[in-house]
Amino acid sequence: MATAPALIGGFELPAGPRLPRVGSVDAVALEERAATLAKRSIKRESKLQALDLAIRMMDLTTLEGQDTPGKVAALCAKGMRPDPLDSTVPPVAAICLYPNHVEGAKERLAGSGVKVASVATAFPSGQSPTKLKVAETRAVVELGADEVDMVIDRGAFLSGRYAKVYDEIVQVKEACGDAHLKVILETGELGTYDNVRRASLLAIAAGADFIKTSTGKISPAATLPVTLCMMEVVRDVYYETGRMVGIKPAGGIRASKQAVQYLVTLYETLGPEWMTPDLFRFGASSLLNDVLMQIRKEKTGRYQSGDYFTID
Amino acid sequence: MAQVEKRKASVPALLEWEYAPAPEARDIVALRERYGLVIGGEEVEPRSGEWFESISPSTEESLFEAALAGAQDVDLAVSAARGAFENGWAELAPAERAKYLFRIARIIQERSRELAVAESLDGGKPIRESRDVDLPLAAAHFFYYAGWADKLEYAYPNRTPRPLGVAAQIIPWNFPLLMLSWKIAPALACGNTVVLKPAETTPLTALIFADICRQAELPPGVVNIVTGDGTTGGHLVRHDGIDKLAFTGSTEVGKLIMRELAGRDVRLTLELGGKAANIVFDDAALDQAVEGIVNGIYFNQGHVCCAGSRLLVQESIYEPLLEKLKRRLSTLRVGDPLDKNTDVGAINSKAQLDRITELVASGKAEGAEMYQPDCRLPERGYWFVPTLFTNVAQSHRIAQEEIFGPVLSVLTFRTPEEAIEKANNTPYGLSAGVWTEKGSRILWMVERLRAGVVWANTFNRFDPTSPFGGYKESGFGREGGRHGLAPYLRFD
Repeated sequence: MATAPALIGGFELPAGPRLPRVGSVDAVALEERAATLAKRSIKRESKLQALDLAIRMMDLTTLEGQDTPGKVAALCAKGMRPDPLDSTVPPVAAICLYPNHVEGAKERLAGSGVKVASVATAFPSGQSPTKLKVAETRAVVELGADEVDMVIDRGAFLSGRYAKVYDEIVQVKEACGDAHLKVILETGELGTYDNVRRASLLAIAAGADFIKTSTGKISPAATLPVTLCMMEVVRDVYYETGRMVGIKPAGGIRASKQAVQYLVTLYETLGPEWMTPDLFRFGASSLLNDVLMQIRKEKTGRYQSGDYFTID
Repeated sequence: MAQVEKRKASVPALLEWEYAPAPEARDIVALRERYGLVIGGEEVEPRSGEWFESISPSTEESLFEAALAGAQDVDLAVSAARGAFENGWAELAPAERAKYLFRIARIIQERSRELAVAESLDGGKPIRESRDVDLPLAAAHFFYYAGWADKLEYAYPNRTPRPLGVAAQIIPWNFPLLMLSWKIAPALACGNTVVLKPAETTPLTALIFADICRQAELPPGVVNIVTGDGTTGGHLVRHDGIDKLAFTGSTEVGKLIMRELAGRDVRLTLELGGKAANIVFDDAALDQAVEGIVNGIYFNQGHVCCAGSRLLVQESIYEPLLEKLKRRLSTLRVGDPLDKNTDVGAINSKAQLDRITELVASGKAEGAEMYQPDCRLPERGYWFVPTLFTNVAQSHRIAQEEIFGPVLSVLTFRTPEEAIEKANNTPYGLSAGVWTEKGSRILWMVERLRAGVVWANTFNRFDPTSPFGGYKESGFGREGGRHGLAPYLRFD
């Protein structure tokens, strides 16, 4: 086991004599800031830009017991060409699936640039032995996953065994090889923003490429304040070390308006450098059609019924 | 730097994302060319025969003309108020007075978009603030004091509260409608009648408010509005028919008023300037503290008497905090007050802009280091880039004098004792802010800070139930809460 970071050991600080600082979060002020950012009024060209970007940042997701090869095939087709009537609409960033569907999706998506993201590590609870989690990660990477979405062990985190959480992420990261690692904190189970901040630092210190809010199986899933809290951690890490870590809010983002609010928050918190699918993703399943509807509305001036957008 | 690992982007970032203009429609305010005085429920031409222009500080265009009330006009207004007081208002059943106040509160809510646009148009403050702060609070004040109107005897058990008579009220230009509410709501709730003089640069919402009083069928003469400049205020202060004077404004004018009223049987409350310390300890939630600092000094372009204009930072977190603060300044959107995305609007007047410019120049001359973010300002109108000064000493003018603009002076401290010493080392004492995760330290600080309001882990937060007022040269008397009733009552 790695040396226990009661304070996060792997979170390197540049200036020698300064003590590592986890820092704290004031819930009232954080939520107020998020509410202010959510009130930005984004119109016309700036809205179209945002909607286009939202699609390019989307991890189109299906994580159900009832997923079948047919369902996955349909989702892949949708991801590559979201709006059959409008070729200017870009493909999504990735399709996010259970491990059993990685191979099928990989085949369907070959050459399209759309990535395959697989959940792993006993998703969604994470309540399995570490060696199984590592083995699962290896397996999904071998099956062809470009990105791995792991869950942290919330049981360990909430009981204060931070070293175990840290250690597990380190091992999973190693098992990922070249695949990108997104670490799901499941913020809905962490209880406080202070915990979210601590877990974010822990995950980043252990090597996460992305930190992700939620599995989508727990309510609340992603919220604007919790995502803002994570962005602030990412910003601190960037300022301290120069390292750029991505963020993925997932679950509960269904409307274009919400997506735009997240992008505004990203833009005003981390700046333009983060406005890329390499550093920000939306984990969503029903968001895409609403974005398509809004894009068509912006372009034609009219809303069209849901029947004009494919359900996959 | 340890472990520098900048990722190569496979997809280029969207580096240019300009928010498209999102202006609030201004046609909801039907501006007239001229507004007269409102005396005895009627709009009248000034006997003085004089008018002055009100201009929009964001475009310098002339918006309308308002009457400049002279001595005779002020006299008429005070007589009208006296008449209304003696002919029914004072004797009205308290529950009936409450009904009028509730009605006014509801009409303010109904007309809040119009009032918000008017406020931003006339005063230059961002619509986001007029809409989300000024208007809800103004309505809340009327609702709150409406509730007190028939409960005064419970507020002061075993005493018999009585109204004073005619209250003369002079309000500033930074929160025109909100300050009107702070003044008028408790005065009416206690059974007084009012002669109100709005600030020279921002009379519009007070004039719309006169129309709201008419809509609410408030008896004529209960609220009289006399527009004008300092001379009008002077006539009002010197008038021997007033029983009470409430003033919010500069310490300089406050002193003149106090001199004028010495020896006269006129009750006085003054809410004057401030030079508040916003004190950040090293255990504070830094990102939220930065938001609080920004809200403390750049809110309403810094035109806030309780603005957190002196930032006291514990030295051990000085660097990270300043880095965060400077980055945050660069995201402030300065521009058209009517754009819904504007964070910092226009400076209220040319005179104020000159004063800010002069004080900032003195800061540079005295050796403080200035930081301003890159910022494109509109060509016309009065604007000032959000500014912060580091290396500020207590002896610098920018650490002592009230700038009343978007200018922050940053100082450091080492221990809580030193923080208290520096925070209290000012002729003012209106407000202060404390940022720490430690509850016991908040209480320790509050006991020692000589300021009327101390905010903990927040700043510039107002509520009608909470009393507000100053120590030392920041004035005396309290507005808001149960405390806000006393200045408008006498006890038999």
